[in-house]
Amino acid sequence: MKTNVISEADLKLGRYRIDPEAPLLEVEDLHVEFRIEDGIVKAVNGLAYTLGKGETLAVLGESGSGKSVSHHAIMGILDTPPGYVTKGSVKFRGVELLAPHKKTGTLDHVVPEIRGTRVAMVFQDALTALNPVFTVGWQIGEMFRVHEGLSRKAAKQRAIEMMDRVKIPSAKERVNSYPHEFSGGMRQRVMIAMALSLDPEVIIADEPTTALDVTVQSQIMDLLKELQQDTGMGLVLITHDLAVVAEVADSVVVMYAGRRMEKGGIEEIFHSAAHPYTLGLMKSIARPDVHLERLEPIMGSPPDLLDIPPGCPFHPRCEYVIDRCRVEIPELYAIDEHHSSACFRWQEVQIHV
Amino acid sequence: MSETRTVTQSVNKQQGEPILKVRNLKKYFNITKGIVFKKTVGVVKAVDDVSFDLYPGESLGLVGESGCGKTTTARTILRLEEPTAGEAYFQGDDIFAMSKSELRDLRGEITVIFQDPYASLNPRMTVGDIIAEPWSIHGGVPRKNRKNRTQELLEVVGLNPNNVSRYPHQFSGGQRQRIGIARALAVDPKTIICDEPVSALDVSVQAQVVNLLKDIQKEFGVSYLFIAHDLAVVRHIVDRVAVMYLGKIVETGDEFDVYDHAGHPYTEALLSAVPVPDPVGREGRKRIMLEGDVPSPTNPPSGCHFRTRCWKAQPKCAEEEPALIERGHGHPVACHFPDYEFSRGAPSSTT
Repeated sequence: MKTNVISEADLKLGRYRIDPEAPLLEVEDLHVEFRIEDGIVKAVNGLAYTLGKGETLAVLGESGSGKSVSHHAIMGILDTPPGYVTKGSVKFRGVELLAPHKKTGTLDHVVPEIRGTRVAMVFQDALTALNPVFTVGWQIGEMFRVHEGLSRKAAKQRAIEMMDRVKIPSAKERVNSYPHEFSGGMRQRVMIAMALSLDPEVIIADEPTTALDVTVQSQIMDLLKELQQDTGMGLVLITHDLAVVAEVADSVVVMYAGRRMEKGGIEEIFHSAAHPYTLGLMKSIARPDVHLERLEPIMGSPPDLLDIPPGCPFHPRCEYVIDRCRVEIPELYAIDEHHSSACFRWQEVQIHV
Repeated sequence: MSETRTVTQSVNKQQGEPILKVRNLKKYFNITKGIVFKKTVGVVKAVDDVSFDLYPGESLGLVGESGCGKTTTARTILRLEEPTAGEAYFQGDDIFAMSKSELRDLRGEITVIFQDPYASLNPRMTVGDIIAEPWSIHGGVPRKNRKNRTQELLEVVGLNPNNVSRYPHQFSGGQRQRIGIARALAVDPKTIICDEPVSALDVSVQAQVVNLLKDIQKEFGVSYLFIAHDLAVVRHIVDRVAVMYLGKIVETGDEFDVYDHAGHPYTEALLSAVPVPDPVGREGRKRIMLEGDVPSPTNPPSGCHFRTRCWKAQPKCAEEEPALIERGHGHPVACHFPDYEFSRGAPSSTT
C-alpha cells in the first residue's frame, strides 16, 4: 500500500511518480478524529471512494456526517490539533498523500504541492473564504504569483482571463473590486475562478450553492458542469441536498455519522436504494413538482459524534432495525458492481423501494 | 395533476372575514450619510405596495429570494418596524394605530417562529422558562398551572415533558425548533408568523417539523404566514402563495395555481430553478436561466421591476408598471404578458 509514498528528496524536486492510468482520487478506509476536552469525536470512520476522470461524485450527508472534514483531510487542510487522520489512504493518481508521523503515529498529509494545483477546493461561504482587504483580482492572481512566479501585472491579466472564464461580467473593471462589492453568486464565481486557475484535475466543491438563492444556485451548478465538460476534471460535490445531487451527479456516496451507508450510481441510489437511511431521505424530501399531503420524515435526530451508538450508527432511527444492528457494525455489502450498502437487510429494503 | 386539485382544500378556507388584512404596505429605509448632520442619500424600498389577506385557519406562503422584502413585511405587520405607508388590520383593528399596550396584546395574538433555533433561544434559560416566558407578559395561565401547561406544550410538539429543566444546548437543532414552536403556541395565538422555520435544519429533520406545523394547524386552527425561500418545502404546507420580487408581490394564488400554472415569468424561472430530486429526465428538464442578479433595491428598474432579467420584456414593460390583477386565469399576476403555460418539461416518474 505504501509503495508510492514520496520521499523527502522527491518532494523537493517535485518528482511525482504519477500513474496516468490510475483514477484521479482513491480514498480508502479514511478515519479522522478530533481530540477535544470532552473526549474523542470520531468524525470520519472509514470513508472510501474512487473518482474517475470527468466524473461527478456526490458525497451526500447531513451536518456532522463527516463529509466536509474528510475532504479537509484529503486536501491537507485539517486543523491539527485537534483533528487527526488516524487511518486510511488517499491516493491522487496513484501517489499516496498520507504518511505516518514519526512520533504520534497519526497520518500527515505529505504532498502539499498538489493542493491548489492538482486538487482544488471551492468553499461554501465565499464571503468568509475570501479576504476582505484584498481585491478579488489580487486574490485570484495570488495563485499565479505563488505557484507560477508571475509578475503582478501578468498575474492580474491572468486573473481577468479567469474571471471571464467563470462569466463575471465586465471582468476588466471588476478585477479591482473587493469581495463585499460582489453579490453572493458572483463571489462564488470568484471562488471557482481561484480553484480553476491552475487547471486542477480534481475540484472538491464543499456545498458550493447552499448559501445561494435558487436562481443563482442553478447558474453556479451549470457553470461547474460546463467547466467540467471543457476540462474533463473530476468533481467531488459535497452536499446535503438530494435534489442537487439528482441534477448533476454520476455517482453518490451516502454518509452518516462518518460512515458510508451506501454508494452507487445515481440511478441506483434514487431508484433502487438499498439502505434505510437513503430510502428515508428520499421519502422525507419535499418535491417542488408533486403535492403531498404529508411528508414521511425519518424519526429522531442525527447522533452525537462523541457518543455514536454501537453497531450500525443509524439503528436508533431505523425502521428495519433488528437485534444484530445494535451490536454489530454492518460491512458494505456489494449488490452489484458499483452499488453497495452497509445494511444487514439491504435486500428487504430494496424490495420496498 | 387533476387529482391534486381535489386534495387541496384551500378554496374553502378563504371564508368569512380575513383575520389579517394588509393593504398597500410600504416600508422604505433611508440610506444616510454623515454622523452629526445626517442627510438622506437614497431610499431602499424594501416593501413597496404589498397587499394580502390571511384567513383564519389558512396558511399563506410568502416566497422569494433573499432581499425581496418578505421578512420586512412580517416585521412591519408586527410593528417591529414602523411602516412608511399603508394599512394593516388584525381582526378589524388597525395595527398601525395601536398604542403600546394594544401592541402588547397584538403580539399575544400573532406570535413568531424564528429561522435560527440556535440564536432564538436564550442559552441561560431552561426550556420550561423559555416556554413560560410569554405568560409573564401576556398572562393567561395562573402561576401554579404553568409547569403543567409547559409540559403539555412540550408533549404537543413531540418532546419529552420531563425536559422542562434542561437547557437549549442539550437539544439538537430540530428539537430546539420544536421548543421555539412550543413558545409560539404558549399564548394561544390566532396567527403564527413562521420565518424560514425549517431552513436551518437537516433534511431528515425538516419533514418532521413541517408535519408538526401541519398537525398544530389542524388541532388549534391557527393561521400561518409562512415565509420561506425553499419552494419545495413551502408547497407542502401552504394553501396559498404570494411570490415577491424586489419588494412587490408579482403573483399570488392558491398553491396549485401558482406551482402548476405560474403566469409570471419570475415565478416560472424561480420554479424551474428548483432542483427536482429525481435523476430521471434531468437532461430534458426545461430550465429558465435568469441572467445576472436581483437589481439593487435602492435603484429598481422603471416599470416592471423584473424586466431587466425577463426574456419577454417589451418597451411597454419599461414604461408601465403592471398591476397585480387577475388576468383571466383565476389568480392575480403582475405581468403585461402572462402565459400560464409553464411546465417542468419531461414529466418525472415517482417511486
